[in-house]
Amino acid sequence: MADDALRTEALEGLLVDKGLVAREAIDALIRHYEQDVGPMNGAKVVARAWTDPAYRVRLLADATAAIAELGFGGPQGEHIVALENGPRAHHVVVCTLCSCYPWPVLGLPPTWYKDPAYRSRIVREPRRVLAEMGLALPPEVEIHVWDSSAEIRYFVLPERPAGTGGWSEERLASLVSRDAMIGVAQARAPEPIDG
Amino acid sequence: MNGIHDLGGMDGFGAVVRETAEPVFHAAWEGRVFALASLALAAGLWNVDAFRHAIERLPPLDYLRRGYYGRWLCALETLAAERGVVSAAEIESRLADPTARPVPPAARPSAPATLGARRERTAASRFRVGDRVRAANRHPTGHTRLPRYVRGRRGEVALVQPASWVLPDANAHGRGEEPQPVYAVRFAARELWGESADPGAFVHVDLFESYLEPAAAAAVGDGDGHG
Repeated sequence: MADDALRTEALEGLLVDKGLVAREAIDALIRHYEQDVGPMNGAKVVARAWTDPAYRVRLLADATAAIAELGFGGPQGEHIVALENGPRAHHVVVCTLCSCYPWPVLGLPPTWYKDPAYRSRIVREPRRVLAEMGLALPPEVEIHVWDSSAEIRYFVLPERPAGTGGWSEERLASLVSRDAMIGVAQARAPEPIDG
Repeated sequence: MNGIHDLGGMDGFGAVVRETAEPVFHAAWEGRVFALASLALAAGLWNVDAFRHAIERLPPLDYLRRGYYGRWLCALETLAAERGVVSAAEIESRLADPTARPVPPAARPSAPATLGARRERTAASRFRVGDRVRAANRHPTGHTRLPRYVRGRRGEVALVQPASWVLPDANAHGRGEEPQPVYAVRFAARELWGESADPGAFVHVDLFESYLEPAAAAAVGDGDGHG
């Protein structure tokens, strides 16, 4: 079997020559997902929810609409649910059957999210997997794993780190990683000030 | 189908390995495959459920070996051949001689693509939040979104999702959309994995209404005997 790059080129050439897809549309889609869509979108949603209590309420009630307020939407975002992490319950998202993921807020999923190790284990031994990934949760914290097995997409609203009072949305967004919005990490703590 | 894709609960895959500063696509062809798959859906060449099922139908060793976009490429080739869009022979001939030459234009699908899976709900949902339900112990040989690890297990409706949703089991096989309500059902880890499982862990799974039946309160091990 020829390598993937050559096979892709052959298939693309045939689909284009048959008039079924356009090269410009292919290029535009790649650019869109490389440049315009990614976890920076979700980080803005989280930072807004941390600073605007009314927005947080709207986000938890209807995340699809609240995300659209910031201009985000599109494929894999027909119905999005935001899960709020807190001191008693921690939420984490997976798709065991394929790799469903909330593209409008997080972009395309990272390789580890699509690989068998995460998909097989996070539903079976979530506390251990999270600990291995650097997130140790004490036994009294409930862990809720959400397996995206239909077309509903989930993302996590992490806890706002202490010591960020008065921060701007932009500065807060810099603390919100992709992994925190999947639920395998917390939002980053602010850098300690010297002295 | 009980395929290799249905990974929930399997052992042996080792640690989760995260790549630092991972690019969106690791090679140019991955981006092209992603775009081709998206545009094929938009053009109505096939639907997303048929696409997922084509991935699931890969031989298990290929599924594990090919990686994510490698699987997508295989699924595209499979469906293009099955739907008469691009034959395997055309691909082989193009590989042997990559220069473009006239090819007969393909017939576009007569019906426009209906993107998305959300449909208006026309009937009341059968279950409510808090209802005890059991996932059917069903092993269809075609496409399904009922993961093996919840089959026959009891849980509780945590969310009644809005609207109705195209049933993948039917749509993947050209049997129509059969939209149904979808529920996020919460299963205790101990119900899924036995007594040694974490008592503080729960798994929520989005399940179509036809995957669920009411869980009898008096079922073995249920304990409370009423309700």
